[in-house]
Amino acid sequence: MRVMAQMGMVMNLDKCIGCHTCSVTCKQAWTNRAGTEYVWFNNVETRPGQGYPRRYEDQDKWQGGWVLNKRGKLVLKAGGRVKKLFGIFASPVQPELKDYYEPWTYDYKTLVDAPLGDDFPVARPKSLITGKDTKITWSANWDDDLGGSTEHGHLDPIVEKVRRESEDKIKFAYEQTFMFYLPRICEHCLNPSCMASCPSGAIYKRVEDGIVLVDQDKCRGWRQCVTGCPYKKIYFNHKTGKAEKCTFCYPRVEVGLPTVCSETCVGRLRYLGLFLYDADAVTAAASVTDPRELYDAQMDVLLDPNDPAVQAEARAQGIPADWIDAARRSPVYALAKVYKVALPLHPEYRTMPMVWYVPPLSPVVDLLRDQGHDGEDSGNLFGAIDALRIPVEYLAELFTAGDADRVTAVLKKLAAMRSFMRGISLGNDPDDSIPESVGMDSQTMYEMYRLMAIAKYEERYVIPKAHVEQAHDLEEMGCSLDFEGGPGMQDSAPFGEASGRPVPVAVETFNALRDRQTSDAAPGETTLRGRVNLLNWDGTGAPAGLFPEKAAFPEKALLPEKRPAPSGRGTPAEGERL
Amino acid sequence: MLVSETEPGAAVELSALDIVLWGVLPYVMVVVLIGGLIWRYRYDQFGWTTRSSQLYESRLLRIASPLFHFGLLAVIAGHFFGLVIPMAWTQAVGMSQDFYHFNALFVGGIAGVGTLGGILLLIYRRRTTGPVFMATTRNDKTMYVVLTAAIVFGLWTTLASVFEGGHGHNYRETVAPWFRSLFVFQPDLAAMAAAPFSFHLHTLVGMALFMIWPFTRLVHAFTAPFHYLFRPYIVYRSRDRDRGGSKAGAPAPRRAANVAARRGWSAVGTRDRDTRNR
Repeated sequence: MRVMAQMGMVMNLDKCIGCHTCSVTCKQAWTNRAGTEYVWFNNVETRPGQGYPRRYEDQDKWQGGWVLNKRGKLVLKAGGRVKKLFGIFASPVQPELKDYYEPWTYDYKTLVDAPLGDDFPVARPKSLITGKDTKITWSANWDDDLGGSTEHGHLDPIVEKVRRESEDKIKFAYEQTFMFYLPRICEHCLNPSCMASCPSGAIYKRVEDGIVLVDQDKCRGWRQCVTGCPYKKIYFNHKTGKAEKCTFCYPRVEVGLPTVCSETCVGRLRYLGLFLYDADAVTAAASVTDPRELYDAQMDVLLDPNDPAVQAEARAQGIPADWIDAARRSPVYALAKVYKVALPLHPEYRTMPMVWYVPPLSPVVDLLRDQGHDGEDSGNLFGAIDALRIPVEYLAELFTAGDADRVTAVLKKLAAMRSFMRGISLGNDPDDSIPESVGMDSQTMYEMYRLMAIAKYEERYVIPKAHVEQAHDLEEMGCSLDFEGGPGMQDSAPFGEASGRPVPVAVETFNALRDRQTSDAAPGETTLRGRVNLLNWDGTGAPAGLFPEKAAFPEKALLPEKRPAPSGRGTPAEGERL
Repeated sequence: MLVSETEPGAAVELSALDIVLWGVLPYVMVVVLIGGLIWRYRYDQFGWTTRSSQLYESRLLRIASPLFHFGLLAVIAGHFFGLVIPMAWTQAVGMSQDFYHFNALFVGGIAGVGTLGGILLLIYRRRTTGPVFMATTRNDKTMYVVLTAAIVFGLWTTLASVFEGGHGHNYRETVAPWFRSLFVFQPDLAAMAAAPFSFHLHTLVGMALFMIWPFTRLVHAFTAPFHYLFRPYIVYRSRDRDRGGSKAGAPAPRRAANVAARRGWSAVGTRDRDTRNR
């Protein structure tokens, strides 16, 4: 047994309102640069829908992930090492920009600069790739909220599969019956196929926290990782010629802060924490013959952090005590393995993804409510879950390789929690039969409710900090001192843009970050300290600090010493009133 | 084989230009190539990439790029046969001059035409596809001129000997001995000086190509990922730089000595206060 720590994330899909705040803040933090215009480390997909890039789940086309060969051995779906090297001169299976979308901006300047004329000036869309006028035909969330679902809905590979398997019994009614949002980041897999596909060996998994990163110095732009990742979460920066991917916001996580997408999530649906897993067992678990058993195999790889034997082994492997403690308090471990309500996305790709999802019950509840039933009664909900075969089968294709029973079990737990807690809220005695009907006891169900519904910040994010003995590296002091040319290298490097050394990620040090985050004032605005926050002012009286101190604005000083009265009206009395 | 007796260049008088071009320039080229590569590898890892444009355009690339690259590999193999393997060796294994010549022209011709066709298609694609042309730097354009010239002149030497038939110039008696003599630092200037102009031109352009090589996108050829065949699929690395890259296998114990290993970073004063007390 080789115990390793892995940062993981759970997203509670019931809470996602599809606001795309995570995507926008992530983009501002990581991919607002030239060459990454089309790159969304975090994107939110409306399901059913094609996703981003379009139809990325169609692995017959995109060849992502792993498969078992005839001898039952795990191999890359896109081919072995020799085949990959022979295909290196023009990557055979590679999404093009049209599979993502052509990023654009608008010619806003015209709005301001246009000469006077009969027509209102229009800000035309301009392609960020060619700089020319462009026609916007697609984007990262074009089919948001089922936009154009009658046109595009059948293009969802999962819909295709569910339909095929149910012999076309599903008609177009499904579009009206259910819809949910699926936020996606890199899965930071235990068995990453992007890493296995990289000819340069530039993609690596961090020993300490399992975050999968691309070494920008070692990447040579062969782009095999883009093919290898079945989630299409590795993107090619077309300006630097390097692959880029979600970093799990490692500079933040290292200092104990949640990722940007988690921190800014309006619905507070994301959970961050540690898994302990057995690194030696991963390959065997990913090689299980039946895809529907992959979920169980993945659960077996995760170790119980409360098990003294696991703790002892973790200590022996050099995992610090505070990390083991964090693993015991880990919300993601609780949701995935204790309560068993979080499921991995597409386990059938055999990559052992480490971003988990609590499947949404809301389509079922909404339907019951719309039909006039009590959407929080456990009997109604259980019946509806069993009856609503299509949403359940769709979810099963996403999360359990098609095993509908597993999804049903999770949804029933969520339904049970809902009606159990409603009973308590209404002042009734806790109905222990409800938790028992889904194989839980009242206490565990209440704890699950605490974690999922109350979801305190400290309970959602249990992020052990990197250790103080590594603090220098984390602040990138070593790095910031030894790169030539400094941060302005983008334009000045000798081999075109983007050659030379990259700018260190954490230009901001831990202390600067903490100061900024804990201060009330904007950075550098020390003169504003002590002023009244108008949001807290109820309008009565004038609290100290509401107005600037008089001494700060000597009235006479505002006036010129000897201003000639323009027309004899500028009396001293007027000046005083100013 | 008495090469020196029958050497066509034995009677040629050497000019100062011959000495500079065939005696000095090759060594300058090697110094620039190797020095440039070392320099770039050390200082521009981030710029060391294929700079692929497949994201913009894939249809033409999928034909042209393999055509060019595989053609080029064949061309390199042909150069190895022609320049490195002495004529005496091929004759010793019973390969007649005519047979060798036919092979060189036939296989070499196909490889050369494929390479040239590939690069012409790539240049056409680069010029006509808007985004690809926009991503083309001046550096790229210069490189394309030199690279294409080297291929064109090389193909010319091959085709010229086709039209001259069996009486064509035998470069294995001029260029090849000179090439091999460079490695023992006894350049056979006379042999090279006796070669026809087409070979001189091709050799000069070739040397120019090798000299600009480290400073262009061509560097990606020197990091051809053969180690992919041998490395483990899953790569583990520590974020703690002190431990270096502990790739695969069991992670090294934590709390390694806190000494910065990175170049250019002095360890003086960087010890963390807390580590002294532990």
